[in-house]
Amino acid sequence: MSRGILFDSTRCIGCGACSAACKEQNDLPLPIEKQTTAYTWTVVERRGGANVRRLCMHCLTPTCASVCPVGAMKKTDAGPVVYDARLCIGCRYCIVACPFDVPKYQWDRPVPVVGKCVMCAPRLAAGQAAACAVVCPTGATLFGEREALVREARGRIAREPSRYVDHVFGLDEAGGTSVLLLAGVPFVQFGLPGDLPREPLATLTWRGLSQLPDVVAVAAVFLFGVHWITSRRAEVCRSEGPDAPVEPPAGVRRDERLGP
Amino acid sequence: MSAALEVPHRRPRIGFWTAVFFAVLAVFLFVAVLRFTRGLGATTNLNDRVPWGLWIGFDVLCGVGLAAGAFTITAVVHLFNLRRFEPIVRPTVLTGFLGYLFVVFALLFDLGQPWRIWHALVFWNPHSVMFEVAWCVMLYTTVLALESASLVLERFGFERARRILHAVNTPLVVAGVLLSTLHQSSLGSLYLIVPQKLHPLWYSPMLPLLFYVSAIGAGLGMIIVESHLSGRAFGRRLEMDLLEPLGRAMVVVLAVFGVLRLQLLARSGALPLALQPTYEGRMFLVEFGLGVVLPVALLAWPRIRNSSTGLVTGAALAVLGFIMHRLDVSVTGLERASGTHYAPTWMEVMVSVGLVAIGFAAFALAVRFLPVFPVRAHALAVPSAPARRSGAETPGGGP
Repeated sequence: MSRGILFDSTRCIGCGACSAACKEQNDLPLPIEKQTTAYTWTVVERRGGANVRRLCMHCLTPTCASVCPVGAMKKTDAGPVVYDARLCIGCRYCIVACPFDVPKYQWDRPVPVVGKCVMCAPRLAAGQAAACAVVCPTGATLFGEREALVREARGRIAREPSRYVDHVFGLDEAGGTSVLLLAGVPFVQFGLPGDLPREPLATLTWRGLSQLPDVVAVAAVFLFGVHWITSRRAEVCRSEGPDAPVEPPAGVRRDERLGP
Repeated sequence: MSAALEVPHRRPRIGFWTAVFFAVLAVFLFVAVLRFTRGLGATTNLNDRVPWGLWIGFDVLCGVGLAAGAFTITAVVHLFNLRRFEPIVRPTVLTGFLGYLFVVFALLFDLGQPWRIWHALVFWNPHSVMFEVAWCVMLYTTVLALESASLVLERFGFERARRILHAVNTPLVVAGVLLSTLHQSSLGSLYLIVPQKLHPLWYSPMLPLLFYVSAIGAGLGMIIVESHLSGRAFGRRLEMDLLEPLGRAMVVVLAVFGVLRLQLLARSGALPLALQPTYEGRMFLVEFGLGVVLPVALLAWPRIRNSSTGLVTGAALAVLGFIMHRLDVSVTGLERASGTHYAPTWMEVMVSVGLVAIGFAAFALAVRFLPVFPVRAHALAVPSAPARRSGAETPGGGP
């Protein structure tokens, strides 16, 4: 039952109704800026002779949610990746890590929080569609079940192969996203990363992190073992004679003073 | 005690540095007020393209790494039982403790809402490297506090508490080594998640291992540099018989780091990028040549390693190379992907400088009032000024 958004670049006329509706829905201050900021969560950019919307991709396994030390970012079952400003400590790791450069920070405020598209999560909870999809006059932004949107996207490419690049962006980029993109020009022209792995980026760190308990156990046994062996050796040295240095250094006899 | 005896000789010098310290402190406090009233945007060059700058790249990443001498030397002395290094345990552990406090305070400047720093202890996300680092840094700072506590307990004669601490010394040291191993490497893991942003000359799936090995090298280097500095400040001579073997260990650790680094670059196919005349290529060559190859070459040479100037130079170069590597990972390597250059504002620099100065002052105060150098003070009490610059040879402090 996970919802998503399908954005079709070839149908976008760049009117900016989505940005305006987003501002209103989320109580964000005007003006609508040229690029996304902590106060402008979605914009339409003109790139490579086409219009492209910038918004959170709502990853299926979000990088931001995996890196956040306090779990302020969360993927909901309904689809949106939501942000709990009350938990956020402001480490900004989500901004560093997001492969789509989505989370933005309130750099101008003494008590700042992160700002990003949350796919109108409160509206979804009330059974409504995302505001940007509702106001879109051309149907370039479509809201619905992700599965249905994937079918729709594939259908569009199949029906008009000359109109589209043969790729649904978001199908499996970084493990897949709830926001899907269709375009008539290569996606790298939109400034989107073209070299993302198919698996979630979070697996890159989890592969290491999940090993830690084992590493700790082995290392602890090793360290206590080393201590046990070396102190036993020191004891033997001591019992063999009071003049024997604990650890015989090459020609440095001065150290006997420091022995236990 | 014996340090206190030396104080009168050194008064003019201390006076000058005290003046410098208070000047720096005044600017630091001024910037601190600006930072917390105006916000990060008004005081730093950070923005959505460069969310982490000097405070994370230098203060946190380098601060933690440079304090790695503490866990290394406690392991060497208490676990591997190489007791002759005992005299450098106390100053190194104290430096480590102050170093971690430095990191924590720097983090309070960097966090958007520092008064919520405790959230990481209550709201868990075990999938986050940052979460793991936060826990380890907190726990290890506690370990360092306990290890340094014996200084205070001994000074004020809390004999029973000191004996209790002494009894749990081994588990404490083991915990310190484990926690350090975890978070020293995890600082590198922080960057595993940005394969498409970090330049291939610095990205590697083995970043955690590189950060761990380089921290040990830099930690050893800092012990030598710091002995040199406190030698100058407190009129003590360099114990070449203790530091020279550290220089030798540095050669091995730095060489391991260098070989690993080249191997990983060769394996990922990024090695040719090092020789291209790009910004990143040049930065790599400077970092690797000046910070790894040169110190290894210098310190591997017995004549240089056995002279105090040579040893300190080699160690300082390695520390510098370490700082360059961490700044390259956290700043330089990300610039191309972000499409912008980053240089800190004077205010960012002054926060770092101010915090370092406070750390130095705290160390100086500790040396004056606590038995930081007890064994050495008795074994080879050095009169004062004249001995300062000597020490090229093994000091004849024997019976």
